[in-house]
Amino acid sequence: MPEYQKFEHDVLVVGAGGAGLRAAIEASAGGVTVGLVCKSLLGKAHTVMAEGGIAAALGTVNSADNWKVHFADTMRGGQYVNNWRMAELHAKEAPTCVRELEAWGAVFDRTREGDILQRNFGGHRYPRLAHVGDRTGLEMIRTLQDHGIHQGIDVHMECTVLSLLKDGDRVVGAFGYDRQRGGFLLFEAKAIVLATGGVGRSYKITSNSWEYTGDGHALAYNAGADLMDMEFVQFHPTGMIWPPSVAGILVTEGVRGEGGVLRNSKSRRFMFDDIPEAYRHQTADNEEEGWRYCQGDKQARRPPELLTRDHVARCIVREIKEGRGSPHGGVFLDISWIKEKIPNAPEHIKKKLPSMYHQFKQLADVDITTTAMEVGPTMHYIMGGIRVHPETQMSTVTGLFAAGECGCGLHGANRLGGNSLSDLLVFGKRAGKFAAAFAKEHSAGTINTDQVDSIARSALEPFERGTRSTDAQGPYQIQHELQVKMQELVGIVRTEPEMLKALEEIGKFQKRMRSVAVQGNREYNSGWHTALDLPNLLTVSEAITRSALERRESRGGHFREDYPNKDKAFGEFNIIARRGPGGEMKVVRQNIPPLPAELKQIIEEQQK
Amino acid sequence: MTSATFSIWRGAAGEGKFFKYTTEISEGMVVLDAVHKIQAEQANDMAVRWNCKAGKCGSCSAEINGIPRLMCMTRLNQLPLERPVTIEPMRSFPSIRDLVTDVSWNFRVKKQIKKFKPRPPDVADGSWRMQQEDVDRVQEFRKCIECFLCQDVCHVLREHHKHEEFIGPRFFVYVAALEMHPLDTENRVEELAKAKGIGYCNITKCCTKVCPESITITDNAIIPLKERVVDEFYDPIKRLFRAIRGQ
Ligand code: SF4
Ligand code: SF4
Ligand code: FES
Repeated sequence: MPEYQKFEHDVLVVGAGGAGLRAAIEASAGGVTVGLVCKSLLGKAHTVMAEGGIAAALGTVNSADNWKVHFADTMRGGQYVNNWRMAELHAKEAPTCVRELEAWGAVFDRTREGDILQRNFGGHRYPRLAHVGDRTGLEMIRTLQDHGIHQGIDVHMECTVLSLLKDGDRVVGAFGYDRQRGGFLLFEAKAIVLATGGVGRSYKITSNSWEYTGDGHALAYNAGADLMDMEFVQFHPTGMIWPPSVAGILVTEGVRGEGGVLRNSKSRRFMFDDIPEAYRHQTADNEEEGWRYCQGDKQARRPPELLTRDHVARCIVREIKEGRGSPHGGVFLDISWIKEKIPNAPEHIKKKLPSMYHQFKQLADVDITTTAMEVGPTMHYIMGGIRVHPETQMSTVTGLFAAGECGCGLHGANRLGGNSLSDLLVFGKRAGKFAAAFAKEHSAGTINTDQVDSIARSALEPFERGTRSTDAQGPYQIQHELQVKMQELVGIVRTEPEMLKALEEIGKFQKRMRSVAVQGNREYNSGWHTALDLPNLLTVSEAITRSALERRESRGGHFREDYPNKDKAFGEFNIIARRGPGGEMKVVRQNIPPLPAELKQIIEEQQK
Repeated sequence: MTSATFSIWRGAAGEGKFFKYTTEISEGMVVLDAVHKIQAEQANDMAVRWNCKAGKCGSCSAEINGIPRLMCMTRLNQLPLERPVTIEPMRSFPSIRDLVTDVSWNFRVKKQIKKFKPRPPDVADGSWRMQQEDVDRVQEFRKCIECFLCQDVCHVLREHHKHEEFIGPRFFVYVAALEMHPLDTENRVEELAKAKGIGYCNITKCCTKVCPESITITDNAIIPLKERVVDEFYDPIKRLFRAIRGQ
């Protein structure tokens, strides 16, 4: 029988990015014992990569901003399939959450009056992103980390959860392993918060790190929870494309917020050529006005480069497809041109976008103060995730909560930049609060040790096959092939035949996965870890594909070449993927509850 | 395609040796890419820590040709490739396996530093006002990605193993960020002199040289802290004052 170490916590938080840390802090404040599992070292989660800022209607730069405008912007960005209650709570609570960070030591950039400075961002009507240069994510995670370590939270670094354990309908624990020693861990908990982030590693070109293999999504799904909106995948329009080894790394939207423009090989600002109707009255129709907007002119309308991410990404794909791309198959993003407008532009750029300056200088030998960058879309974020109650963040499985990217509802069909960091704070906090309350009301459940043994045994199987029989499969190879297929068949532009093909391929990968083999010891064995991540990647890839097949229209991050238009009928429901009785994946439609009159009115007022 | 040879230290718990791997390289590759390629093709179980691959998370620290650097930010075209590129784990920390070291000491040290304690809010809504020029310096320190390369290079830790008495450059930067934070009201000067061992630093500036975030660790953080220690802690009048106040 495999051995394991045992831990008991009232609340177990899985994932230690912004949402997980925020949840752990709040749960701990609720007076319960808290365990925090991080797949990497503390403070290294993907939140550090967030550049632009935290969206919150503080109104420090433009006092016309308030929660209603933020709410309406979020709903419009999400094309109205968002969970409106979450969008409302988010818009109302984000400002407090940002102020809270300041109280814990965060140092945001300042306005002239000494308040928190806010910047413009795609899809946000007013300057709304509290930020620190272009390293806001680092500031946020470090603040939460440095505050969190004094709250009596037990941190389990470099540990991964393999499976949730249930007692009847309720989640009562989790089983996993620690990376450094390769030993198994059993966590008993009265409530569990999943905050594991995204699924970027199912695609070839992604801004996500190795950790983002859809762990939380798959854990919840396997425990019987609903996944929702999985077809809505966000491709960030501007990722690096050259050199190949850095392809996918993000180029912050902040570049465009500071005046950066997109051009094709003919030097044309092609974003002016296709401005969607819904945004026309808020979008500049000439270059001069766009520039004034970036300079803070409140009368000016935003440049079309700051339209929503899904739209910008598709315009870029169109330019490339129609032969107007850059030499390495992207388009040009130019910030250096602002030297025509302001004195000492190079210093200004370095001050405003220091990480971007260094990233290009060091990784691509490009000086962005003199030369245009080459960029193209990169898989960045999944709007879909674990279906949760909008107030408590509890999933459809009792005692199981979710927050952050692995949760779902706030962003609808497309997330606005900056709404992710605020999502982590608002709903991380809520998840922590309600998980603590749940833990206080319930006693510990019973762990089924037979189940634990069988999970442990199957986790070790890849070693047993490690002698490389003829059909043994290397984990990296399968992962890589899956990424290529998903990119090719379920990417930015989708069609039914391609997605059916993808399902067939996923089926083949599932078979191959069963003969995956690894060698070596259990300590820090990346090959083994990659093998253990594979089932999760396959589950989320299947959920994305099946949900995308079901949505026969185009909306937000989901674009179907065979159904290129938005269809009102499809705006009435969300798509849910859930495990059927025989273990097969089922896809069902779930009606969106009607919008209350007062929220409807807010949306209508803001459309004017 | 050209190829290059890498001499990578492999082993566990301090016992190990260099293994040579030759792999194909292409334009723009960084050391971490080469390590990944070797891992995927020749050594599936090779241990290496990384996350962002963009110099932002500080996970992939190692010693490349003897110099502490981030593997993801070291381009192959900046290295001489006629001879094998040596890659070894940070030497100031216990080895776990291959390129991965046990950096948990750093997390323990941080926990022992007194946390941020803000003054009461300036405005009735619970917020504060600070001018940009008053936070510039603190923002420089807060760029730290906790790669611990400065800890790796500092001789007080690397050669003299003063881990129990000396917190190292990373945490001087951390303390400086707290001490110079316009809102902070805590005083960490006494512990800096006593438990944190700032006196061991003899301003060699090696830490500043390796910092991938170009934080001027020595000039902007350590020297001002040393001055505070001298002013406040060794100043006889202030000492008398402390004695009277019972601190
Ligand atoms: S300057 Fe001080 S802290 Fe930095 S490496 Fe030298 S002795 Fe260590
Ligand atoms: S101060 Fe610089 S070298 Fe030291 S840990 Fe921070 S980023 Fe790394
Ligand atoms: S992988 Fe994040 S700094 Fe190198």
